[in-house]
Amino acid sequence: MPSIEARDLTKQYGSFAALSNLNLKIEGAKCVGFLGPNGAGKTTTLKIFTDLIRASSGQALINGLDVHKEKKKALDPCGVLIETPEIYPSFTPREALSMIADLRGIPRAGRSKMIETVVSEVKMDEWMDKKVGKFSKGMKQRINIAAALLSEPDIVLLDEPTTGLDPRGQAEVRDIVRSLKQRNRLVFMSSHLLNEVSEICDEVAMIDHGKLLVYDTLAHVTDRFAHDGGGSILQVELTKDIDDQLIKGQISILAGVDSVEKLTPRSLRIKFSGGQEEQARLLTDLVALKIGLLSYRPSASTLEDSYLNLIKDTL
Amino acid sequence: MSKTPLPTTITKLEPPTSHMLPGSLSQVGTVTKYELINYFRSRRFFILLLIGLLIGGILTTLVAYYGISTFASSSLGFYSFWWGNSITFIITINGIFFGGDAISGEFQNKTGYFLVPNPLRRSSIYIGKYFGALLASLMIFGAYAALTVGNGLYYFGTNIPYQFGESLIFSVIFLVAVLGFTFFFSSLFKSSSISILVTAILFLFAFNIIQLLVSTFAQTEPWFIISYGAGIVGNVLMDPYPSTQPIRGAGPRGRDSILFAVTIPEGLAILLGYFLVTAILGLILFERKEFT
Repeated sequence: MPSIEARDLTKQYGSFAALSNLNLKIEGAKCVGFLGPNGAGKTTTLKIFTDLIRASSGQALINGLDVHKEKKKALDPCGVLIETPEIYPSFTPREALSMIADLRGIPRAGRSKMIETVVSEVKMDEWMDKKVGKFSKGMKQRINIAAALLSEPDIVLLDEPTTGLDPRGQAEVRDIVRSLKQRNRLVFMSSHLLNEVSEICDEVAMIDHGKLLVYDTLAHVTDRFAHDGGGSILQVELTKDIDDQLIKGQISILAGVDSVEKLTPRSLRIKFSGGQEEQARLLTDLVALKIGLLSYRPSASTLEDSYLNLIKDTL
Repeated sequence: MSKTPLPTTITKLEPPTSHMLPGSLSQVGTVTKYELINYFRSRRFFILLLIGLLIGGILTTLVAYYGISTFASSSLGFYSFWWGNSITFIITINGIFFGGDAISGEFQNKTGYFLVPNPLRRSSIYIGKYFGALLASLMIFGAYAALTVGNGLYYFGTNIPYQFGESLIFSVIFLVAVLGFTFFFSSLFKSSSISILVTAILFLFAFNIIQLLVSTFAQTEPWFIISYGAGIVGNVLMDPYPSTQPIRGAGPRGRDSILFAVTIPEGLAILLGYFLVTAILGLILFERKEFT
């Protein structure tokens, strides 16, 4: 089972502690969002896990191997994207990815196909043999994502992967992350975009001032921290228009539902009280109503509430 | 707000291809290969090649115009005039421009973010880049040597003195040492332009000035200066090999002075010492340097 673990991870810059005894263990195939304000220590953590910087003390372990002491073995199963790396401008994506393939020992047989597949996945097929120096920031980022995925890694470490991408590119990255989850990969991803995290992540770790505030499932975090008075918000999307009578007469009266807000004819915002069990029952009830339920998830704004509540507490 | 799902096509990759992580030596070779490809596509390589050919071209024109007898009366004299007077400069500028920003560029241009987080040792990157710079420099060096030998063959036939062979070997050792030194300085900085500027100032001015001051005023052998050690490249082409000797009244205020001439063992020790010390320090610095 893929795993990453921070043990008492500390990073000091003089008297400033960028990371302070961070302890975090993530195991299994899932997507974990890593959240925190600017300067909280997210990128510092990911850089330590990828040998870009060294911890002042503590350990960064990947599958039980210390990244600092056994870098080659530890990073072998990892695909990494930290910030927006630059590729030699004279290289084409094919050459840049061939270099990564050479360094990672990807067999020559089938390598071309792998490179083409991964470049196709980031929608850069047409640019395969053009020089990277002429690419926009977003295009370079797509190639960087392709490089991170090339070796079919078990663990993918991403630092704000949608930086520089247009909305379509961001949506595509989210789809890539979803597909990685389906393929039983562990994705650890820092992001400022809470809607992105709430859409694709199963768990969230929040960090501030170099300290871990919380690490739990998305549902648990929003349950615990979204509202001071308790309660959660769910975003519901439908395949067909819903009328107000149905909302008032049948949805508002369901167990646990506090209020229902119609955002558009095909989307609702439901505020409800209760934990995961109540949430699961509510989902069953909504399906039973045959209203054309398309998606059902905690609202990004609940994660935002949780985030703001947690970060506020540390100010 | 309703969201319309974006049409996306996720191509499922083939099941993980079993791959064996290459050894560090093989990874050094990979870094060298791609570093060379990068050099061959850069203006820098062709400008340095052009400078080498331009110097050779000017010398060829001068010799053809004034006649070989103006410059040298023997085969050894020809190689001393031609090779001994120019090769250290060519090596120095190659060292400065291939090594000066080799490491600092990885930080400033953020190309290190693409390379370093892969499963390879930082030392493999450093050594691979070093070999890339060495091979690129050797190509320019080879072109200049070919031009020298071409002229030598034209004017003095196949009578190539064995001392030229020795000078070639010493030149390569000097190149190895210069690149070791410039790579070390490159590891000190995160700015390409500063690291190139500092190494250029050191090699083109500072070392020569220090060497002059130490030997003239302190009358001490400047054994700690790389350019003094490089003296063997030209000295070996002189017959007899120059020796350290006092010069009456050549010092400041008419005092006696000493003209130091580095011996071959001393020169080799200085150059290899520079290479070893700077290579080790450069590697340690790069291992510890942080991408912040």
